[in-house]
Amino acid sequence: MTDTLVNWGLIPFLKIALLLNVILGVVAYLTLLERKVIAFMQVRLGPRRVGPHGLLQPIADVLKLMIKEDIVPAKSDHLIFALAPAITLAPAIIAFAVIPFSGTPAPLTLFGHTWSITPWVTDINVALLYLLAVSSIGVFGIVLGGWASNSKYPLLGALRSAAQMVSYEVPLGLSVVGVLILAGTASLTGIVQAQERAGIWFFGPQIVGLFLYFVAGVAETNRAPFDLAEAETELVAGFHTEYTGMKFAVFFLAEYMNMIVVAAIVTTLFFGGWLPITFGLGWVIPALPGILSLQFLGPWGMFFAGIFWFSLKCFFVLFMYLWLRATYPRYRYDQLMRIGWKVLIPLALGNVVVTAIALTVYRSLKG
Amino acid sequence: MFQTTEMEINLGPQHPSTHGVLRVLLKVDGERILESKPVIGYLHRGCEKLGETRPMPQVVVYTDRMDYVAAFAGNLTYIEAVERLIGLEAPPRAKYMRVVLAELQRIASHLLWLGTHALDIGAMSVFLYCFREREMILDLFEGYCGARLTLNAVRIGGQLNDFPDGWVDEARRFLNAFPKQVEEYETLLSQNRIWIERTRGVGVISAEEAIDWGLSGPPLRGSGVAWDIRKSNPYAAYADLSFDVPVGENGDTYDRYLVRMEEMRQARRLALEALDKMPGGDVRAKVPKRLKPPAGAEVYHATESPRGEMGVYLKSDGSETAYRCRFRSPSFVNLQALPALVKGHLIADIVTLIGSIDIVLGCVDR
Repeated sequence: MTDTLVNWGLIPFLKIALLLNVILGVVAYLTLLERKVIAFMQVRLGPRRVGPHGLLQPIADVLKLMIKEDIVPAKSDHLIFALAPAITLAPAIIAFAVIPFSGTPAPLTLFGHTWSITPWVTDINVALLYLLAVSSIGVFGIVLGGWASNSKYPLLGALRSAAQMVSYEVPLGLSVVGVLILAGTASLTGIVQAQERAGIWFFGPQIVGLFLYFVAGVAETNRAPFDLAEAETELVAGFHTEYTGMKFAVFFLAEYMNMIVVAAIVTTLFFGGWLPITFGLGWVIPALPGILSLQFLGPWGMFFAGIFWFSLKCFFVLFMYLWLRATYPRYRYDQLMRIGWKVLIPLALGNVVVTAIALTVYRSLKG
Repeated sequence: MFQTTEMEINLGPQHPSTHGVLRVLLKVDGERILESKPVIGYLHRGCEKLGETRPMPQVVVYTDRMDYVAAFAGNLTYIEAVERLIGLEAPPRAKYMRVVLAELQRIASHLLWLGTHALDIGAMSVFLYCFREREMILDLFEGYCGARLTLNAVRIGGQLNDFPDGWVDEARRFLNAFPKQVEEYETLLSQNRIWIERTRGVGVISAEEAIDWGLSGPPLRGSGVAWDIRKSNPYAAYADLSFDVPVGENGDTYDRYLVRMEEMRQARRLALEALDKMPGGDVRAKVPKRLKPPAGAEVYHATESPRGEMGVYLKSDGSETAYRCRFRSPSFVNLQALPALVKGHLIADIVTLIGSIDIVLGCVDR
């Protein structure tokens, strides 16, 4: 009885609490990273006032947002106005539930019992579908927020965002089909294990899928060059023009969490999740992957090595996000729609067909 | 049961990309603009009336504050108009100095335009790169006259004073390094698919329309009309210097962009040539203590400011104060093309087009 309670109640609860705090910290420092990286790309220094090299800037930002006055427009729909940020944030948070941060469960002995700690909150066999389903809920918050503000610029931003996210949902879903065909499972741990077994990460055979997923993911998270919903120079601040203080912060938080979710999925599906980076030397030195994932330190070593490799790959994907933002101008609404429907979707469909045929041919050749 | 209605949007006067206090009333159907009406006057300070109530040497500071992005162009136009009115000529060295400063000002102004225009379209980095170089030009200005933005460096009958020691070397160093910087901006934009899609075919002005509207400067040349006051009615020392007038073909935003980029290169060439050919001698002619223009004399003097034809009309009643002072500002005239340009485009395009016309509200409202 106690075992069941601990296994299904206490441990997941503690893991969720820990994960939530870590993710919030990562989001806070992702904003600093973004400002620093873009600043260096633009021959500036970025924040430097709060703490050494501006390291305490995120904390100052959060404090500032918390003590700001919470302005609610008089003619807005007060309930929905307050609810919208929460609707945007919730799916971003729960998406983390299925992401495997590392591959090996580690045993923890406490009070004479040994518990197996898995480096994911839950591992369900339809994880990928779950992620697609969850990520499409986020748009409701944006649309409702823009609508409830009862203001023109937010309304335009919300409409843009609705059209954009609905359009890009399709290539986003189609682009992962190739990975599903190759892995034969929708469980994220299963997909990484399939890449380990195949000895090649799926970004090789699925380079088109990776490209499609990343582009659609950038569009889905409303980031540059697809940041039409909050195009500062056109729509002032887009859907969150009327939001202040913590309500605005929650929208902001959701956007950055979604970025991390996309980065985590790209890492898991295409870059071998927690597997160590060996630059192909694994073929030459068979022991190298084992060494790099700290096998000699036992399960806990592998546990943390997996998290390290996973974070490193996520970081590179997030860096791509920031790089894009510093480089590209913004697409226009009609061009964005055209790319989504006329370029990405046909490409994604073609990718599915080609992958399926290639795999069938490969298997029949192999016998 | 369902019906669609047009929405009216008020763009400005406080909006991130109206480049000052321009207000545009938009009537939109979804994202498509059906009608637009620019509303101006938020920065009206009555420069023309002030020009009729103060002695002419005192009016120069108001010309600084009209086109505050290219203050030197305003100074130069007014001073040269006054010089023509009283029949005075600046010494040759001063004329060459005016060319150097005017062309540096043109580069600075175009850099600010490029940065904000790119920022409007969403490319943030270009903005900061442009400001890096603009800062160097402002430092040069500061080194010459102490002011960075509102220079007020031209005097009736010449220049305030000669270039200080080492200034010419600094200016040469900047100008020699500058082409590489322009290339850097171009690598980010000229071949960028998104940039091309956002600007090509947007806001097309045909050559006839451009002339009918009285456009001047890059918007006119972008439509393929090679008309540049520096060539057609040379002032300062432009008659002795060689430069090309870049023109566009299609008259769209992309062509206006290319024209301005090439103008920056030509401005550099002009400034370098003027530095090379610069004669010695005084920088200021003998100017009477009290200016006495002949009564009834009138003059219209126009120069090619970075934004187009900057004109000053002065009429004298024989006193030190002009009887009538009128400024023809290029931004004001060019802005009138906006409603026709944005018609049928999307909301995102209006900020592109405001940037493409390159208005300065101080210059529009005077």
